[in-house]
Amino acid sequence: MGETSINFAKASSAALQDQQLRGNFRRAMDGLMSKRAVQFADTAEWNGVRTLGASVRLRALSKLPELLEKLEANCTRNGIQVHWASTTDEANAIVLSIMQRVNAKLVVKGKSMVSEEMHLNAFLEKHGIESLESDLGEYIVQLDEAMPSHIIMPAIHMNTKQIAHLFKQKIKEAEYTEDVAQLTDLARRVLRKKFATADVGISGVNMAVAETGTLCLVENEGNGRMSTTVPPVHIAVMGLEKVVEKLEDVPPVISLLTRSATAQPITTYVNMISSPRKEGEKDGPNEIHLVILDNGRSGIYADEELRNTLRCIRCGACMNHCPVYTKVGGHAYQAPYPGPIGSILMPQVEGLEKRGELPHACTMCNACVEICPVKIPIVEIMGRLRSEAVHPGDAVKGAGSHASKAEAMVWKGWSMTYASPLAYQFATALLAKLGNAAPASLPLLKEWTNVRSKPRFANRTLHALAREKGIPDV
Amino acid sequence: MSESRNAILGKLRAGRDAHPLTPPESDFAVLRNKRWDGAERMERIKRMMEAVHTEFLETTEAGWPADVQAFLKAQGTRNLLFGPATEAGARLSAEWTEGGPDLIPYADRVETFKERLFDGIDAGITTTLGAITDTGSLIVWPTPEEPRLMSLVPHMHLALLRADALYDTFWQAMTENRWADGMPTNALLISGPSKTADIEQTLAYGVHGPKRLVVVVIR
Repeated sequence: MGETSINFAKASSAALQDQQLRGNFRRAMDGLMSKRAVQFADTAEWNGVRTLGASVRLRALSKLPELLEKLEANCTRNGIQVHWASTTDEANAIVLSIMQRVNAKLVVKGKSMVSEEMHLNAFLEKHGIESLESDLGEYIVQLDEAMPSHIIMPAIHMNTKQIAHLFKQKIKEAEYTEDVAQLTDLARRVLRKKFATADVGISGVNMAVAETGTLCLVENEGNGRMSTTVPPVHIAVMGLEKVVEKLEDVPPVISLLTRSATAQPITTYVNMISSPRKEGEKDGPNEIHLVILDNGRSGIYADEELRNTLRCIRCGACMNHCPVYTKVGGHAYQAPYPGPIGSILMPQVEGLEKRGELPHACTMCNACVEICPVKIPIVEIMGRLRSEAVHPGDAVKGAGSHASKAEAMVWKGWSMTYASPLAYQFATALLAKLGNAAPASLPLLKEWTNVRSKPRFANRTLHALAREKGIPDV
Repeated sequence: MSESRNAILGKLRAGRDAHPLTPPESDFAVLRNKRWDGAERMERIKRMMEAVHTEFLETTEAGWPADVQAFLKAQGTRNLLFGPATEAGARLSAEWTEGGPDLIPYADRVETFKERLFDGIDAGITTTLGAITDTGSLIVWPTPEEPRLMSLVPHMHLALLRADALYDTFWQAMTENRWADGMPTNALLISGPSKTADIEQTLAYGVHGPKRLVVVVIR
């Protein structure tokens, strides 16, 4: 692994020792799973809307280049300025150039996973621009100088007490309180001043409609509406896969998204923005910019199987139901997108050299596949990436980077042993005689015996036992 | 950045053309067939919206301005932001009586009264295009006469809903009224007051937008 590679095993091991963290996640995820099940209690309805949602996403992918061109044409006709960025550096440069042109000093941001992918806040701060997260969870995480641990609930790893201490420590006017209503009200007072004075608002995009040039945003707090309405300039950033063909494709996807994410039939606000302020209108931004980001997605799209990753509607249901994520939490993945979807998306976006460990953060239990509202074959892709990581020359960036000579030799030996009856009999006879003498501290065996009993070999092999029963070797 | 545009689109086109994708048909029957009967619609909307702390004020076509005024007075509301150029706004100002909350017209660009909007307005009133039974959502399309921030910045949002303007699903409201032929600057679904559960999954209302949403049902 390269110097910048991520050590999930080490991070998850640390997370498992943190009882507070495990308790916080356990409570949150148990609640989310049971509430979501109620939303989809009608199996026929779930199957119908899920099949429809998957078809909407697949249809969009089948026409992706044409739909992006149509989106651009319709947004432009509506007065929205469209920008294209191949990389996150390019996307950051586009955002910065807009800000510098309007002399922006303060930005309010709605929640956007793409902006996390761009590390936009740090980039803007480096250029002297204050970028303030306005979603309460993101605001908490930003105050804590941490990363979001969930794509829908960024501060889910913290409990009220921890947040109360954080507010007291970081917000001047804060009195210590563990009353959630008071904490929320404090954030409202602080952030309302910022909404009123910000120069630019930044948002993500849940869906962009090619047919009408409309940007859809779902949210509960109103910070997304504030960020996209009050400042004179609105910049929306989106991954290129977020387009849908028609306006009528929006309702089924929103229904799947909100019910899967937070078990709500719909969010408090569904915000559909189709143009900047028009002649005669009294509010709304004078400029809207849409930045369409590739960042490796066109490479993912080129592969028939991996392309399915781009169906994702970012609901987070896969993480809420993942036995690994729910035990170790989002920070162990050290990535903007954690959990099952992150484990397949991040290696494809950032390369297997850096993220090749993530597809192993999976028990292959299939819970994520069963729950995914747009039927992404996450586990199949996970297996594919594991294979890509050790086989040079295949499709994904960094393929072969995790190949190990020792591992290759072990598998070669395994294969030879199983291919030759003589070698197999010799090996099993040897293990029956000497296997139990192997110390538990042996490399590889040690990883297993750390948390499990050492396996015991039988004194006689199956072949020997069969022969005693009169069953001859073939 | 047209180089990036061309590179991205070229790569996508090459990838797709090498491995075309045939998607299954989109069958909207699951949305088309969702139906509720007359009274059931309003009952469901109320139940769903009340579950997320929305309040309802029942009134009549003839009496709604007076009922709104009486309601706000009883709440101790100091003032109400309204759109004077709308039909509803005209009725409000014509029928508003002395001694109630002050009526404040949203008549100028936000730049001229942003400070007051954020600091001195208790309530705002808007019309709606109806409501959605499936999800318990109001359909709000801001206009030059009824700007976007009226339903967002005041601490209380009052929304006028005509009891005969109810749709079964979001999809039906959108397709029956041919929204795709002309979307406004900003179309909205609003399903309750602003809320968050970002602090340990505990629901709290009024985190950024209105702390209270009052649906004024006109029968």
